[in-house]
Amino acid sequence: MSRGAPVVEVLRAGLLSSVQDRGRFGWRHLGIVQSGALDALALELGNRLVGNAPTAAAIEITLGPARFRFTGATRVALTGGLFAAKLDDRPFSSGWSIPVPAGAVLSLPAASAGMRGYLCVSGGVAVPRVLGSRSTDLAAGFGGWQGRALRDGDALPLGAPAWAAGIHAPAFGVRLPENACGSCPQTAEAEPLTVRVMPGPEYGALPRATRRRWWTQTWRLSADSNRMGYRLTGAELDRGGQASLPSHAVVPGTIQVPPDGRPIILMNDAQTTGGYPRIGVVIAADLWRLAQLRLKAPVRFVPVTVAAAWAACWAERHYLRRIDAALRLAGLPGEPHDDSNG
Amino acid sequence: MRCYRYGDHAVVLAAQGPPSLACQQRLWTLAERVRTWPQVEDVVPGMNNLTLICRPLRMAFDELTHRLRAAWMDAEAEALSGREVDIPVDYGGEHGPDLEEVARLTGLTAGEVVSRHAGGDYVVFFLGFLPGFAYLGGLDPRLHVPRRATPRLSVPAGSVGIGGAQTGIYPLAAPGGWQLIGRTCEVLFDPTRTPPTLLAPGDRVRFRIASVRP
Repeated sequence: MSRGAPVVEVLRAGLLSSVQDRGRFGWRHLGIVQSGALDALALELGNRLVGNAPTAAAIEITLGPARFRFTGATRVALTGGLFAAKLDDRPFSSGWSIPVPAGAVLSLPAASAGMRGYLCVSGGVAVPRVLGSRSTDLAAGFGGWQGRALRDGDALPLGAPAWAAGIHAPAFGVRLPENACGSCPQTAEAEPLTVRVMPGPEYGALPRATRRRWWTQTWRLSADSNRMGYRLTGAELDRGGQASLPSHAVVPGTIQVPPDGRPIILMNDAQTTGGYPRIGVVIAADLWRLAQLRLKAPVRFVPVTVAAAWAACWAERHYLRRIDAALRLAGLPGEPHDDSNG
Repeated sequence: MRCYRYGDHAVVLAAQGPPSLACQQRLWTLAERVRTWPQVEDVVPGMNNLTLICRPLRMAFDELTHRLRAAWMDAEAEALSGREVDIPVDYGGEHGPDLEEVARLTGLTAGEVVSRHAGGDYVVFFLGFLPGFAYLGGLDPRLHVPRRATPRLSVPAGSVGIGGAQTGIYPLAAPGGWQLIGRTCEVLFDPTRTPPTLLAPGDRVRFRIASVRP
């Protein structure tokens, strides 16, 4: 066992695990992508549960299975997808915060619901900040841990916990946000997930039949979806001869229609500019739900106004504030605070 | 000029008329100005347009567009000139495997392709596609050639290529379909450097002939 600062050892990285925080902002004009946790709400929740600042970095685990060992005593929380995880032999589920003795091993089976889990550790994953963020830019190969996805045998440094006294507090759990991935469709046969979308700048220029089809069709998440973009399968959309547009900035959640008529929803690792018509933009408050949708699972889209988009955003903030209040009642930090590495 | 909402936390200013250097200069000036506004998280120039990405719940659309329009009117007077950046290029040979093909497509000799390419005055209109990848204006129309029928799986970092009416430099090894005519040893993107990219919107670029190989 290491005698230095505690680390988390990656015993089994699984399909795709990487270090992510909220993302990299302020550099898009230089072509540098946002990156960051796809389920940002899960990251914020998990950080609160272990006494971290909301900006601390965690390990994003895609689907699982995965296994980690902690060299020092710490505290961890697992959020996002639903995992029947075990800490050594003790069951430990999503939404729980639990003290961890030195040398303990956390094993995650494949998620029983959802697509991505967040392993948050007291003190956060203390990889260096690059351009203001600890997120991994997988395409450009920088940030996070050596600019790449985690591999078996990696040992990630942990920051000093801001909430040192709380590390040994008893385990507790919180209610997961409404419509969390427990209610997400898990199979191709399930009821589709409903995602709220604001019509995009080029929406009105598309043929009426295309617009109708966009909202009425049940789409499926294609198997070649990833952190850059979610491809949708369904009857192709006719762009009505609309040519490419002058290049413009694109943001995560943007639904583009390329010439082949198969819509793509841009996710956090998407490039900063594009030129395809923007049929819509998934509202910020629903991006995390979409991030938990399983490959091949059905999804449909409903139009909303900006007022509804913001109301949904406020509802999220309200959920987190209620969590904060509950944590404070329990004598835990329960609100964002500065930490030495956050 | 028109302003429009883009999703629940972005707004776009789109200039009217064909893209021009003068218009782009105004957009860079505007970008520098709005970057300091408290509700703004990111400001991204595109071709003839500028996008403001705002912090969630901080974007009062009407007020923001009002200020943006005023700032746009104001930005007319001054034009950002940018830095001058000299990029040495080894043309042809293993560094520019498509130089002969470009010569064939344009009806020029390889030497003429090189001298026309290196003789141009280029301006960074905006960055995108990859970190540090510049969309350059100013390619000699005689050098406009179609992209390769089969894109390469990996183009080495520093490769200088032509794709359609565009010339550019690959900052990172990436798949790509452009015709490669040379390579530079300049580092286009280094996240540990300040600033992290060699080029920024508004910079003026000259390619300098370091060597030419058949």
